[in-house]
Amino acid sequence: MKHLTEPAYIRWTLIIVALLFLGLFLILPLVAVFTEAFRQGAEVFVASITEEETLSAVKLTLLVAAISVPLNVTFGIAAAWAIAKFSFPGKNVLLTLIDLPFAVSPVIAGLIFVLLFGSQGVAAPLLAEWDFKIIFAVPGIVLATTFVTFPFVARELIPVMEAQGRDEEEAAVSLGASGWKTFLRVTLPNVKWGLLYGVILCNARAMGEFGAVSVVSGHIRGMTNTLPLHVEILYNEYQFAAAFAVATLLAALALVTLILKSLIEWKTERQAKLDEEQHYDVTGERAG
Amino acid sequence: MSIEVVNITKSYKSFTALKNVNLHIPEGELVALLGPSGSGKTTLLRLIAGLEQPQEGSILFNGEDNTNRDVRERQVGFVFQHYALFRHMNIFDNIAFGLSVRSRKTRPSKEEISEKVHSLLKLVQLEGLAHRYPSQLSGGQRQRVALARALAVEPKFLLLDEPFGALDTKVRQELRRWLRHLHGKLGLTILFVTHDQEEAMELADQVVVMNEGRVEQVGSPEEIYHHPANPFVYSFLGRVNLFHGRIQNGKIKLGEAEFETDWKDKAVEAPAVGYMRPHDVEISLRPPEGKSARSVQAEINHISLLGPIVRLDLKRLDTEEVFEAEMSRQRFMELNVEEGSIVYVTLHNVSIYVDSQPVQTHRTALVPLQASV
Amino acid sequence: MRKSLSNRGFLPGFGMTMGYTIIYLSLLVLIPLSVLFLKASTMSWEQFIGTIMDTRVLASIRVSIMTSFFAACLNAVFGVLVAWVLVRYQFAGKRIIDGIVDLPFALPTAVGGIALTSIYAENGWIGQYLAEWGIKVAYTPIGIWVALTFIGLPFVVRTVQPVLQDWDLQMEEAAATLGATRWNTFWRVVLPHLLPAIITGFALAFARALGEYGSVVFISGNMPLKTEIVPLLIMTKLEQFDYAGATAIATVMLVISFVMLLIINYLQWKINKFDAAR
Repeated sequence: MKHLTEPAYIRWTLIIVALLFLGLFLILPLVAVFTEAFRQGAEVFVASITEEETLSAVKLTLLVAAISVPLNVTFGIAAAWAIAKFSFPGKNVLLTLIDLPFAVSPVIAGLIFVLLFGSQGVAAPLLAEWDFKIIFAVPGIVLATTFVTFPFVARELIPVMEAQGRDEEEAAVSLGASGWKTFLRVTLPNVKWGLLYGVILCNARAMGEFGAVSVVSGHIRGMTNTLPLHVEILYNEYQFAAAFAVATLLAALALVTLILKSLIEWKTERQAKLDEEQHYDVTGERAG
Repeated sequence: MSIEVVNITKSYKSFTALKNVNLHIPEGELVALLGPSGSGKTTLLRLIAGLEQPQEGSILFNGEDNTNRDVRERQVGFVFQHYALFRHMNIFDNIAFGLSVRSRKTRPSKEEISEKVHSLLKLVQLEGLAHRYPSQLSGGQRQRVALARALAVEPKFLLLDEPFGALDTKVRQELRRWLRHLHGKLGLTILFVTHDQEEAMELADQVVVMNEGRVEQVGSPEEIYHHPANPFVYSFLGRVNLFHGRIQNGKIKLGEAEFETDWKDKAVEAPAVGYMRPHDVEISLRPPEGKSARSVQAEINHISLLGPIVRLDLKRLDTEEVFEAEMSRQRFMELNVEEGSIVYVTLHNVSIYVDSQPVQTHRTALVPLQASV
Repeated sequence: MRKSLSNRGFLPGFGMTMGYTIIYLSLLVLIPLSVLFLKASTMSWEQFIGTIMDTRVLASIRVSIMTSFFAACLNAVFGVLVAWVLVRYQFAGKRIIDGIVDLPFALPTAVGGIALTSIYAENGWIGQYLAEWGIKVAYTPIGIWVALTFIGLPFVVRTVQPVLQDWDLQMEEAAATLGATRWNTFWRVVLPHLLPAIITGFALAFARALGEYGSVVFISGNMPLKTEIVPLLIMTKLEQFDYAGATAIATVMLVISFVMLLIINYLQWKINKFDAAR
């Protein structure tokens, strides 16, 4: 309708300005990663990503994600169940506390674990006695990553579960289902896309975290080097092509994340539209 | 200002909302667009406002073609179903909006605007609420703010989309009376959309009954209730009983009941439908004298005591059709019947249609002007 | 116990999930964070103030706040534009553009950092042309601003977009029937409605930018007093084993972040209240 939109020339100007902005800030960096990676040819690219140190960084990155993502998924489900299905005083405070890691700079996230477990840290004597290393070792990286990715799953699940209400669960329980069965058979199918969405975002951040991991890792090549840290080391050693080659792995991860995310959004959107249409049939008044 | 709708057709992708609609709304009248969901009444209202464009036809205000004029220039007052008040503006700013967005040349001064807004607040009886926000008002108050906002720009006429749809019964009653009063005071042409026939009957000078994108009938509430142009209007306005039968030999047979007609072509054989208001159903314990051709036996299935009136659910013994009868409580007491009783029912005031065309029957006024209870 | 349970409904598992939530939250987040404040509290007041009032620290706070602020401003303007274009207009490839807006969330910050640096360095794709005009981006505060704009880009878009999607077009129709032009309608009806969402997005982008490290280190050049941001300074102190200094600066940063978080939550609560009263 004429009165609900702008003349075509304004519309296209706005679209072009928006696309230029996104092109400049998003597309160009992405293209740059791949171009720079192949600047010295495919051989250097292949050599860089099959190098032993790169492979060990890949392994460590996968290991870290494999530990911290499930931890945060478990937490996210428990927190969402408690918060979305029950009412209790202090709920808003709890929600704010869950958000805390979002407000903490990654560097500070690393710092707090150094203060706790570092050589001068609070728990240092204990660790020394047990001969267990956390800082400048894999456990530190896992801890820092888990901290940074802490809210992702909970944050996605809570609103979805809240929107679902608790009628279905109450019906299931009143029909004699156990709590666990109710969760698996009633709640989980309802929130599976929200959960997957949270897992994907959590995983992307876990594999790509740089600041927090940088503080606690100690940058020991082949030992405590994750992929993002490996990129930094190569870059600082002026091995630009190699740095960008490794970066393409992370960029590819980002692209896969975005595609999965879009697919889930598309799916839930379509579901919502279907639900709405059904609703519309019953109460629909105006057509068009 | 009068409104003329000429041959309007409006369709969306796969759906025709209005088919060749013609309508004349005389100056100063309070007119209801009445119809079920999806009948196209809101679309018609939006077309008149200029919020939609028709594929065919034209819209004239006082004889002047407005079809291609932008909504902004039509100067119509439109009140949306859910009011569409600006949530971040207080009541004063909401009402002043139409005046304050005018170009500098035509914009009244701040004082004039303020004066105008306050006089409107007085008109809608919301003085003292100027600085409240829409979220702090009740539904009825919001409705009145929306009206004041529309009136502020001194529109040529007012269009209201389901003005009372979102309100509870009591507030609705009150607002109806108030709108009537306002109409009397302002003398403005008002066109409103409703799906509630009681609302249309109570408020409007003229009722436009719409169905499936067509105008079925236009007339005063009295006319459309007592002289429905077709079965749709008959069944849409108030409760109605349906009897199925045939026309044969120029006679209508609804089960055992027979009606003489002035149908010329005796050879025609077709299904016929009889409509009858529940309050026209006459019940007696003995067969009525003289009119036996139109009386049948029925069994009382259920009795509902609804305060001053009593409603009976009956089943005809000849056709097994179920129908309703309504009577005063006093008459019910006189009859002294109970569920399961067999009674005689005389089919008075049955409107019979063959192929949706009304059929004149003899010796009974098809549609008497006064309802007999 | 029975009574309080029945108040909550009869679904099982509250005690277990709540207990787990609290324990996990405490172990991973609350206790480690409180250690920071504990450590800060072992410093004397003079020591603390002395660390903070150091010129280099103050300069880094200034650089951090200024660049974050301007990045969030740019994102507020373009965020609204992008959200508007994505919701209201139709054009080819819209879905893909919509998906790619989240790239800064998905792309590891270090990758974003080196990519932006290569583009804006003096021999980079854009840097070479800017150099002709005498504009240096990489290794200046402008570079930091570019990186922070990149990482904060999705916030305003993603807070404004849903509000615009749920927006009742009847408001605009109402404005039109009252004679308002499109421009007037946008400024006086649509924009005020979006404002809480824009401010929330702005605050989120600003808070994220303040703490950002990965994308900035590569492009900033890390010159003390000029292009050194707070997280980098904390890093430097740590590398010099100046834990007290790092702690003091981190405490200040954290307090600023918490205040931002409170503001964001307050705004969110306000928006919800606004919507509930509709």
